[in-house]
Amino acid sequence: MTTSPPVTSDPTVAEHRLRWAVSDTFTMAQRNLLAIVRVPTALVFLIVQPVMFVLLFRYVFGGAIHTGVDYVNYLIPGILVQTTIFGAVGTAIGLAEDLQRGLIERFRALPMARSAVLAGRTLSDIARNVVVLIVITLVGLAVGFRPHGSVAAYVGACLLMLFFAYCLSWGFAFVGLAAPNSETAQAMTFPLIFPLTFASSIFVQVSSMPGWLQGFARDQPVSQVAEGVRALMLGAPVGSSVWISMLWALGAIAVLSPLATMRYRRAD
Amino acid sequence: MSEFAVEALNVVRTFDGGALRALDGVSLHVPRGEVFGLLGPNGSGKTTMVRILSTILAPTSGTAMVNGFDVVRQPQRVRQSIGLAGQYATVDENLTGLENLRMIGRLNHLRTSVAVSRARQLLEQFGLSEAADRSTKTYSGGMRRRLDLAAALVADPPLLFLDEPTTGLDPQSRQDLWGIIEGLVEDGVTVLLTTQYLEEADRLARQLVVLDHGTIIAQGTSRELKTRLGATVLEVHFFSTEDARRALALIGDASTKPANVEGTVIELTVERGPSAAADVLRRVDAAGLALAGLSLREPSLDDVFLSLTGHRTEKDEEPDAAPRGREARRARA
Repeated sequence: MTTSPPVTSDPTVAEHRLRWAVSDTFTMAQRNLLAIVRVPTALVFLIVQPVMFVLLFRYVFGGAIHTGVDYVNYLIPGILVQTTIFGAVGTAIGLAEDLQRGLIERFRALPMARSAVLAGRTLSDIARNVVVLIVITLVGLAVGFRPHGSVAAYVGACLLMLFFAYCLSWGFAFVGLAAPNSETAQAMTFPLIFPLTFASSIFVQVSSMPGWLQGFARDQPVSQVAEGVRALMLGAPVGSSVWISMLWALGAIAVLSPLATMRYRRAD
Repeated sequence: MSEFAVEALNVVRTFDGGALRALDGVSLHVPRGEVFGLLGPNGSGKTTMVRILSTILAPTSGTAMVNGFDVVRQPQRVRQSIGLAGQYATVDENLTGLENLRMIGRLNHLRTSVAVSRARQLLEQFGLSEAADRSTKTYSGGMRRRLDLAAALVADPPLLFLDEPTTGLDPQSRQDLWGIIEGLVEDGVTVLLTTQYLEEADRLARQLVVLDHGTIIAQGTSRELKTRLGATVLEVHFFSTEDARRALALIGDASTKPANVEGTVIELTVERGPSAAADVLRRVDAAGLALAGLSLREPSLDDVFLSLTGHRTEKDEEPDAAPRGREARRARA
């Protein structure tokens, strides 16, 4: 028991580096998942908000909105997209909290992979989004949502949302590391996600918006994701939106993950 | 390998584009196998120095070698050879004590089984076995510090950085932690300790450096500094000024500086407090004088600063309320 544990690998060997980067990422993700299990209230609050949105738009605003299809079927795929994107805000809050508590400071002085804190955080945030997707799907079914697509297409739609939110969450990781505290981190994300989720085809058709807004609302990435997800879930022709969404997501992660990692490396 | 665990040369660190010089050319030589103290008030640059030596922060200029590795060019090697514990007791509140240590072990790239057995061993060693499976949210301040220290020891590093390890702790917890640190040094660990308590530096550190505004203003062994910087004050209280006046002739020579009499109180500056107190007691007793009271006052960091710089330490914030990292730095700036 008293033998000193030897450090097992040379950090300069690339093969070891990759292996440890994966291992460290899982260690971090595991730690974040434990936190979700230990503090379930956070998850409950994450679910309450989209449920309120479902009820609000289904029963209060829905009657006034015309989309060409049964509004509940238009709405639920949109709410799912919105919820997964809001979930990415959790990435910013979680990292800002770790920073505030001094945990990031400790991680920075450990021989762990520089990418692992961020990769572990964004990975565990996917798990949280999966839970939310399942719950909101069930709530949707309860209020009359009837997806016409295949189960495979439904799962595919969920994967698309999760992937898009994952890529976006690297941007929120940057915000979380740059913010002085978690409250500010949360506040900083609103100007980013409000236009993206509301000036989009999530709740209403873009054609109902004023002309000057339509161009942005139609072409921006969240609308593309919403169109793709909706088409998959409702069994409609998918068109180009799924591929465009994937390209947006890949472009986002290609730019945002190096940015966030650079921010993590630079303590101040 | 160098005889020094830490060799820093002219380390400078500025913040806010050079507007703030947190460290202004600090050189340190920390010998292996002992406790080396960095003494200074808030804002003196202690934490910045520890952050640079533990590779968290890059120096603006200057070089630092830790266990023979360059902190800028070989940070990963440095990280494998150090442990860091800090004043803010950075344990994960959502995890149990055991889970915390296992996580740190895994991040130090120990196999899971080794990480777990090492965690149990440390929990046992630090009296936390009972609390091993409890959320650290329920831990007291002293328990958190011990867990924090245990986390720094998971990978058995030869060098420990302890950044104000007892700030904000109650006296008993402080004593416990001092005992643990002394035990580690007996086992051959080198410790770089930062503190704002002269008493702590005096008790633990063989050599000391005093920092003020990012520069070293004094260094030497604890004894050398104490002799230079002021010594213990022995206050002898009597029931009447008449008694005090009579006693002065008897005990005045025990003081290394001219004894100070104020009413019924005589203040003596002494080198070794307890033996001087016993001596004074004997003499006063032999003369048949009654004592109203006797107290020893250790020189504080404040006294040290006063004699070194002519100004007192700037107590601009409560150490416990200080957040870590960016905010802390801004607050201190």
